[in-house]
Amino acid sequence: MRRTGLVLLVGLAVVGAGIVLATVRVNPYFYFAGYVILQYVVIATAWNILGGYAGYVNFGTPAFFALGAYTAVVLIQWVRAPLPVLLLAGGLVSALLGLGIGYLTLRLRGVFFSIATLALSIVLQTMIMNWDYVGGSRGLSVLRPSGPPFGNYVVFLFTVMVALAVAAVTVARFIERSWIGRGLAALRDNEEAAECMGVPTLRLKLFATTVSGFLLGVAGAPFPYYVTFVEPNSAFAIDYAVNALAMPMIGGTTSWIGPVIGAVLLGTAQQLATVTISSEMNLFIVGVVLVAFVVLAPEGILGLVRKLRGL
Amino acid sequence: MFSWDLLANAVVAGLLLGGFYAAVSLGISLIFGLLDIANIAQPAFVILGSYSAYAMNDAYGLDPILTGILFTPAFYVLGALVYRVYYGSFERRGDESLRGLVFFFGVLFIIEVSLSLKYGVDYRLVQTGYLGKSIDLGGVGIAFRYLVPCGVGVAMTAALYLFLGRTFYGRAIMAVSQDQAALRLMGADPVQIKTIAFGVGIAASSLAGALLISIAPVIPSTDRDYIGRMFAITVLGGMGSIGGTLVAAVILGVVESLMATFFGPSWSLAVSFGILLMALAVRPAGLFGR
Repeated sequence: MRRTGLVLLVGLAVVGAGIVLATVRVNPYFYFAGYVILQYVVIATAWNILGGYAGYVNFGTPAFFALGAYTAVVLIQWVRAPLPVLLLAGGLVSALLGLGIGYLTLRLRGVFFSIATLALSIVLQTMIMNWDYVGGSRGLSVLRPSGPPFGNYVVFLFTVMVALAVAAVTVARFIERSWIGRGLAALRDNEEAAECMGVPTLRLKLFATTVSGFLLGVAGAPFPYYVTFVEPNSAFAIDYAVNALAMPMIGGTTSWIGPVIGAVLLGTAQQLATVTISSEMNLFIVGVVLVAFVVLAPEGILGLVRKLRGL
Repeated sequence: MFSWDLLANAVVAGLLLGGFYAAVSLGISLIFGLLDIANIAQPAFVILGSYSAYAMNDAYGLDPILTGILFTPAFYVLGALVYRVYYGSFERRGDESLRGLVFFFGVLFIIEVSLSLKYGVDYRLVQTGYLGKSIDLGGVGIAFRYLVPCGVGVAMTAALYLFLGRTFYGRAIMAVSQDQAALRLMGADPVQIKTIAFGVGIAASSLAGALLISIAPVIPSTDRDYIGRMFAITVLGGMGSIGGTLVAAVILGVVESLMATFFGPSWSLAVSFGILLMALAVRPAGLFGR
């Protein structure tokens, strides 16, 4: 329990450092890029709760992320709800979708589950494109509320994302260390055997899909205020699907720190590549790095580190 | 008012679309249905076929279907290489379910991004003399750009059916899908047979891609529309049954065409998802399951 306290302290220190950073004047681009990297920390961590711990590969990350973003758009259009409400609502709606996906696992395992999530993303995008209230396929401008609590609005959103990233990682770490994590690991290795040993596989899977969906929705909820123009192609971008998968795979899927390492490394590399080369080239790099890692270092960076220590 | 003319046109269009869907799904039927390899990058190889047909048509005015046939050896080699990497990295280690899936997703992504780096994200199409024409059969119009791909698709289905049933290597592929250990005891190498089967499956996507770009213009991300369709057809047809693939493809084509005619084209993509879910829930063995 002392270690849990320590981690809590580290988390608080990260949030504190984020706030200090927000008040010091640095190049504004830093916050803009930092927001994206932190958003990926949340997304990769959320994906890993289902993909890494339970072994169900979700290709539909964009569906959950965009659902959070579009829930926020609806609430902004309707009542101009404040940011905390947007975060909570975006998370809850995506959590509901996650619960639905969880019931799908009764019938769909392995590749069929993955294809269903991918199809879900395509179907949801079609629905949003035909819904004029949220801008349809043309997209919609969103006005940021005036007067953020401190700094300018991007700096404020950056700080919010720091807090969300710390919260997501804490949740993942808690799940991993508790009996839930051990149950998920058991069903990842052999679902029938786990069920026979009395592991409540359905309840655990529903828990994992719901929590994962909630976190992905929360990551998407501030998106409208960050970009100020929401359109389906950017909210449902396949970048989210491939990054959500590549980051934990590169870092290592068995531990909470893996997705964080992957998101920080790959996220930073992508931001640098976008500025220096081109945004399509950076996607190409992600694809190549992903394939190289699954082929050559299947346990990710954590696995490499363990191997080095073992020698 | 309900229009019989509209219905007849939709059904005919669906039947023709079905023949084309069969061509697109043959490769995955072989690779996923028979070999049990979840190659979700298959539609990306189909789009690669579309772009090679486009490139040859654009540069030399070559017929897309001729290009599709000419490029099959190159696609075969590419497929064999991909399978060797897959086998060495995942199948041999017994690690194919999670990481193998991620591997193929990565391959899909690399092909898609490479194509948009090379050709951009504008729609590309091919120019031929005959694709713009159509014939009229008593109020039902049949466009050549659907008729030709349908004919080629049915011919490909027949060819693959004969290949699997009548030739030595075809029978070996059927054998490896049934019992690998027995095949090894007979003195054959399962890995070599699977390499051939995977190569044939990818080679089929060269021709399927040429048919795809004959029907409609293509962008690099068109592949995502076909992932759901391909797997729905393979499952509904009964995992690796070649005749079943054709029947399932025609069913999907007709249902999609009816949906597009009576409810709007944006809903046709949801059809394959619905069929996949229904097939898995009601009859997981498919229509012609073994």
